[in-house]
Amino acid sequence: MLARRFRTLTPFAALLPMALTVIVAYIGTALWTLRVSLTSSRTFASDNFVGLAQYERLFDNERWMLSLHNLAIYGLLFVVACIVIGFLLAVFIDQNVTGEGVLRTVFLYPYAMSFVATGLVWQWMLTPGNGIEQAVRLLGFPNFQFDWIIDQDMAIYTVVIATVWQASGLVMAMLLAGLRGIDPEIWKAARLDGIPAWRVYSSIVLPMLGPTLATVFLLLSTAVIKLYDAVVAMTQGGPGTASEVPAKFIMDHLFLRSNIGLASAGAIVLLVPVLALLAPYAYARSRKGQA
Amino acid sequence: MYRARNIAAACALLAAAALPSLAAAQTAEVIHWWTSGGESAAVKQIAQAYRGAGGVWIDTAIAGGDQARAVTLNRIVGGNPPTAAQFNTSKQFLDVIEQGMLNNVDEVARKESWDTLLPAPIINVIKVKGHYYAVPLNIHMQAWIWYSQAAFKKAGITREPANMDELFAALDKLKAAGIVPLAHGGQSWQETILFSSILSNLGGKDLYLSVLRDRDQRAINSDAFKKVLLAFKRMQSYVDAGSPGRNWNDATAMLISGKGGVQIMGDWAKGEFTAARQVAGQQFGCMPGLGPNAPYLIQGDVFVFPKTTNPDAVKAQKLLASVIVAPATQLAFSKLKGSIPVRTDVDASQLDACAQKGMAAMKDKARQVGVTEVYLTPDQNGAIQDVLTAYWNTGMSVDKAQKNFAAALKN
Repeated sequence: MLARRFRTLTPFAALLPMALTVIVAYIGTALWTLRVSLTSSRTFASDNFVGLAQYERLFDNERWMLSLHNLAIYGLLFVVACIVIGFLLAVFIDQNVTGEGVLRTVFLYPYAMSFVATGLVWQWMLTPGNGIEQAVRLLGFPNFQFDWIIDQDMAIYTVVIATVWQASGLVMAMLLAGLRGIDPEIWKAARLDGIPAWRVYSSIVLPMLGPTLATVFLLLSTAVIKLYDAVVAMTQGGPGTASEVPAKFIMDHLFLRSNIGLASAGAIVLLVPVLALLAPYAYARSRKGQA
Repeated sequence: MYRARNIAAACALLAAAALPSLAAAQTAEVIHWWTSGGESAAVKQIAQAYRGAGGVWIDTAIAGGDQARAVTLNRIVGGNPPTAAQFNTSKQFLDVIEQGMLNNVDEVARKESWDTLLPAPIINVIKVKGHYYAVPLNIHMQAWIWYSQAAFKKAGITREPANMDELFAALDKLKAAGIVPLAHGGQSWQETILFSSILSNLGGKDLYLSVLRDRDQRAINSDAFKKVLLAFKRMQSYVDAGSPGRNWNDATAMLISGKGGVQIMGDWAKGEFTAARQVAGQQFGCMPGLGPNAPYLIQGDVFVFPKTTNPDAVKAQKLLASVIVAPATQLAFSKLKGSIPVRTDVDASQLDACAQKGMAAMKDKARQVGVTEVYLTPDQNGAIQDVLTAYWNTGMSVDKAQKNFAAALKN
């Protein structure tokens, strides 16, 4: 009797530390942030509640709105580019090319670098007069111009380039694992029926990779929301405010500008798309579990 | 061998246990962010003076002002404050004062009669409700106008511009001579410095104060202020294409090599010229403003003393406060830091030529004003920084910029 009760309690005991971490560190601090966002807190958290005034100020703020706009552009391009490039790389490596081990390492290597290092390297490469521009000019195109990083309208795209370079290797590795998990019999059957390879990939393999793609999508989406270090290292949000992102807005107001009320409101607003992304995913998983 | 090490370790432990009771009387842990070569040499001067006065100095240097201030605030809130901590001469620590988390230094202030000794902009931030809460260490002036003698000569400019029109004329001449007229680092804080310089030099002291100190909406919406914004934007036509994102020291390097003509930057730029073996008056020139009556924009560093009831810590705080304001410490520190002392009763002849110019300008009290951070909260200061950098970098109209500037300072 006692032994059985002990056995049923053991899993809960083992889960307790993680459960406490989730409840205190994640949910607890999220609720605390929500509370602070409703106050007029400046350097320190205060109890002076002001309703939704911080949110009003937030959405009146041109820099915040521009940050959201930039995040939308960045998020779309980054996720799509990473998945397309990552998938093509994975398919390419899946053709049993020689030197697969070397190539896989080369493609995955950028992911081993921090965003800060990636950002700095790309900043040097993209600075007009240095890096890419200079290299192409020396190759015999003296009028070549590539100054996106100092261009108001193009700066955010340079951040896309640098981070896609970094993250697509990881997408490749995950999709490659997915591809390797596909039953070779399917390929044999398709070959027997004379179906071209591209058709097999698009109509059979891709749908089968669904769960892997969902994981990739989720990982990339969270990377989008927390985009901060690459921007700081590459453009510092500039030129002007052209490549500002919400996470940078929040960090600036949290530490530089001593306005944790406004920063918390921004953080809560950022939490919404994360939940919106996560909810359908969790729902689909739970449905699957029941079925 | 092992035993010897064990005994040594035991002795060290004993010593560590005994040390607090011996030295607690004057032990000061100081948080600051002076980590570069010149800066750490300067802060060593304070440490030495403090040790000379019988204290024990524990150095907690944290790279980066933001990080250092965040650590200070966290430790104050967490109940384990340092004995003293560095802040800028600004409203960065106003909230800490209002929460009652700092000890005042009225005793030292009264003894040294700060009310008459210190410049008004500094008193403005360190004296709250009749009490002094910070000890000022030095004065930095962020809007020095630096120029390359070689570039001026090549462009045929024979004398220093003394007003805004003459500055624009000089910039035009530099442009015609094929030199980058304005060596500018396109980062938002540098754009704010440039703007402050134009507001003070073109708008004058009265407009400067009513816009930044009084946040007077009428002054911000006036034609005079519009002229300032237009002149600020006009400066943008004198920068080169590589300006956005450039670091300030790279802009200074343009002056050193003669590629650039003028840079508007704080007195810390002096260190770059010195490192390149250039001498003021020979290879480069420095002006604290346009003309003999231009406002002198004051900023600098202060130390605050977090609240504690430990009588030994309070004693250490008082000793450190009196060491910091002593003329000898002030001079020794500023000589290495490139700033100038907060007090005018020190021997200026030991400082370099530009610092002497600054000391002379400071003597005229009518010229003393604070930088934006002296009058604005970090939040307001950040808000105008956003407006200015957007206006500088995009095609925003002057009317829109004026409207946004007014909105940024409304609350």
